[in-house]
Amino acid sequence: MRRLWYALLVLPFVGTLVPPLYNHARPALFGLPFFYWYQLAWVPATAALLGIVVLLTRRPDDV
Amino acid sequence: MSSASLILAIAVLGVTGLGFFAARWGRADLENLEQWALGGRNFGTIVSWFLLGGDLYTAYTFIAVPALIYGIGALGFFAVPYAIIAYPVALIVLGRFWSVARRRGYVTSADFVRDRYGDRALEIAIALTGVVAAMPYIALQLVGMRAVFAQFGALGAFGSIPALTVAFLLVAAYTYTSGLRAPALIAFVKDVLIYVTVIAAIVVIPARLGGWANVFTVAEGALARRPHPSSVFLTPPQYFTYASMAFGNALSLFIYPHSITSVLAARSRGVIRRNAALLPIYSLLLGLLALLGYCAVAAGITSKDSTNIVPLLFARFFPDWFAGIAASAVVIGALVPAAIMCIGASNLFASNVFREFSSERPSIETRVAKTLTVAICAFALLFIFFVPVPYAIDFQLLGGALMLQIFPAFVLGLWTRWFHAKALLAGWACGLVTSCAMAWASGFTSNYTLHAFGGSLTGLIALYALAINLLVSAILTIALRAVRVGGGVDRTTAADFA
Repeated sequence: MRRLWYALLVLPFVGTLVPPLYNHARPALFGLPFFYWYQLAWVPATAALLGIVVLLTRRPDDV
Repeated sequence: MSSASLILAIAVLGVTGLGFFAARWGRADLENLEQWALGGRNFGTIVSWFLLGGDLYTAYTFIAVPALIYGIGALGFFAVPYAIIAYPVALIVLGRFWSVARRRGYVTSADFVRDRYGDRALEIAIALTGVVAAMPYIALQLVGMRAVFAQFGALGAFGSIPALTVAFLLVAAYTYTSGLRAPALIAFVKDVLIYVTVIAAIVVIPARLGGWANVFTVAEGALARRPHPSSVFLTPPQYFTYASMAFGNALSLFIYPHSITSVLAARSRGVIRRNAALLPIYSLLLGLLALLGYCAVAAGITSKDSTNIVPLLFARFFPDWFAGIAASAVVIGALVPAAIMCIGASNLFASNVFREFSSERPSIETRVAKTLTVAICAFALLFIFFVPVPYAIDFQLLGGALMLQIFPAFVLGLWTRWFHAKALLAGWACGLVTSCAMAWASGFTSNYTLHAFGGSLTGLIALYALAINLLVSAILTIALRAVRVGGGVDRTTAADFA
């Protein structure tokens, strides 16, 4: 059942590979159009998801 | 001598010293291939983070991605989703590959393919693909260095040929002597310099240009007025192109020989898994740096060769001494991946072409691999002196398409032995032919436009070729099984992958 956590990793693919979702100017952040800050925001989000999956699927021999 | 060139000279000499000193790190017997090429498979989380970061985010990347944004606008930002989704792929594929590689003593991807399929021809095909894809990549590191050298009077003299030759002789010498330990040690210096430079650039440059909002407004206007107009947003026909470039490149990033070399140098499976979650920090850096392409547009920087955009931007906005730090970051940033790419390509040749994979690892393999490192450095130099830069980039793009053609045999092979070895070989060959034909037909860009059913679809050549490759592999597998043609022996067991 622990393997089900890997399904979380589908999210970055859906979030970043469908450009119509984010190809807009607004809302802007710090002057960056949505297109840019949205994709940049996926970097820490993906790192966090990966961190969660790595922890939850850890085996005793993973040192 | 300006303070910038002094700093650059000190930095390059300093890391060369480190490169030779690395031979003493861990007091290993460097006649053993696993010691020379993989640092004794003993790097922990932190060393691996610096090494993989130094390896994947090359100086060329840091020069080329902003240059691409500068040249084509929003489409060039595909590097960011690419550098995001590469890591879920890495977590899933590399954890499994690391386990079987450690258990069975592999140094290359082709070692695994030989062991898994028992087919010598497939082993050679996989190995040669890696070597061919690595060569133009190494040459492009020289392009990155040359863009920096061109900013300095003495170093830029004679088309930077003397300076590049000296730099690559140094790389060849310390890589020959110390193996993977040299770039691993130098990667610390490289990554710190890159972080300092990029953070300074992101803080200083947009502010001097009136803030991001202004940068984007000015850039949008300037891009629209060009002879070939582009935009800071995608057009609907570019949606598929953008997604296919991100996805296809993410699939191939970790099957390049230099990635495999750094991955196999990790001490444990946990090190690789943790790094899949920690390495995206570099992607944030890459994304922010990409936006400097718009800063260059907004600042009105022009150059015949767009690879000069980033060095020109640094020269304009940084004081002389800091331009020296930035230049050092790019040059050292080229030396690290160049060394690892040389080692990766040499391993493939020594372990899978010159000889056939065997886990005994006779010392002749190490001697061949070490000698080849020097030969590959020399070849990359000749390549860059005689082949014009746009062609070098074309070859690198084509190399990326070829690299992805080992995906069915190598990556799918980690989970299934369903495919027949000869079918995979035929699929690989069809993928190669498709890549070359599409690249030729599209004038050596990375994308090809398919016309079908009254519409057109522009997508990454590597992915189209992979689709053909998979189709041929699957159909021939079914056919060969139907006529009961025996396959090679699989020496791995289910337990090896655990």
